[in-house]
Amino acid sequence: MKTAGLIIVVLAGAILLYATRDFPPWGAPDSPASTHVSPRYLQKSMEETAVPNVVTSVLADYRGFDTMFETTVIFCAGIGCFALLRILRRKPEDRYYRHIATEITLHLKGGKLPEKSREFERIDTLWTPYDLIIKTMCRILVPFIQLFALYVIAHGHHSPGGGFQGGVILGASMILVAISHNMRTAIGRISEKTDNLLMPTGVFIYAGIGTLCLILGANFLDYSGLSTILFSGPIMARSHGIFGVEIGVGITVMAVMISIYNNLASAGKQDEGL
Amino acid sequence: MTDLIPVIVAKYNYWLYIVLMMIGLYAMIAKNNLIKKLVGMNIFQTSIILFYVSMGCKTGGATIPIIQHGLGVGHHAIDPAHYVNPLPHVLMLTAIVVSVSTFGVAVALAIKIYQRHKTLEEDEILAQSRER
Repeated sequence: MKTAGLIIVVLAGAILLYATRDFPPWGAPDSPASTHVSPRYLQKSMEETAVPNVVTSVLADYRGFDTMFETTVIFCAGIGCFALLRILRRKPEDRYYRHIATEITLHLKGGKLPEKSREFERIDTLWTPYDLIIKTMCRILVPFIQLFALYVIAHGHHSPGGGFQGGVILGASMILVAISHNMRTAIGRISEKTDNLLMPTGVFIYAGIGTLCLILGANFLDYSGLSTILFSGPIMARSHGIFGVEIGVGITVMAVMISIYNNLASAGKQDEGL
Repeated sequence: MTDLIPVIVAKYNYWLYIVLMMIGLYAMIAKNNLIKKLVGMNIFQTSIILFYVSMGCKTGGATIPIIQHGLGVGHHAIDPAHYVNPLPHVLMLTAIVVSVSTFGVAVALAIKIYQRHKTLEEDEILAQSRER
């Protein structure tokens, strides 16, 4: 198996290396990839959409359909993880509680105590005493990370950024809470139900903005049709439409990142993670 | 041999990506552990992403695809040679997301396989399913 694999890989690599003879040299301005449609995007983006960041305008406007279904792909991945790990069979759970005064640990098979009381607190299976420095630092940092994420989403028109990047940063901030405290704390902030509702909400916002354009008499995802309700010219309406779409993308990406992490790290039980 | 070296120097980026891609492909074919196969898949996807981003590059002082002095100055001619190609960046932005999604679903499948067979080694899983 290993030799056969090695032969296949070396053969395929040799063919590909031979094919690089026909490729344009590195960074050639007249290479085929940079000659047909990309100069048009660069020249017309300001004029047609008033968005200086060409990547954003191509992503959300010129290739709006691609991005819409891309958002759907992430949504499907979140649903796939949920369906694989969360829905299928579930065993009775072992729970561990720690008596705070004496530090004695109780192991319960089935049954449950309150999540947190004055005498007992629920702990993870591989519980170690809390590291105060890590917990405090993460608690202080998380709001700033989320603020930065909102900046990345909102400023995607003028600087590198946008819905995907900002959504990932938002999701990472919640994952940081789950890692530094425990998963039940993070789920207490954004419950599973809220998270699963946010996942389709982003896709719905994206497709809803497209449908709104349709209702207002333009083509699907042609944001210039929004100018009548946004009280602005058709060019600024396209800029605002891109922003609305980016918000939808950000919400979906954030919710899916949190959902995938919670399901994977706890193998679908969503009570204790890494 | 003497005319091969200029070819490699002019296109060494493609050579590096192909080497990286073949490392990933070999890991996917030959490795026995399912997680190692997934890591191979990620290396493969990363090489594709690097390949696309390098295609968008332009030599000669081209900068990131954000139009400078875009707002407020009014219309001025924009020379495409001053900005790198934005299209590969857009395509790879979405490809990164797809790679995260595929990796998440693949790890979920690996968790289910581990719960059922108590191993992630491919030959042991095959042996167990033959016994049944």
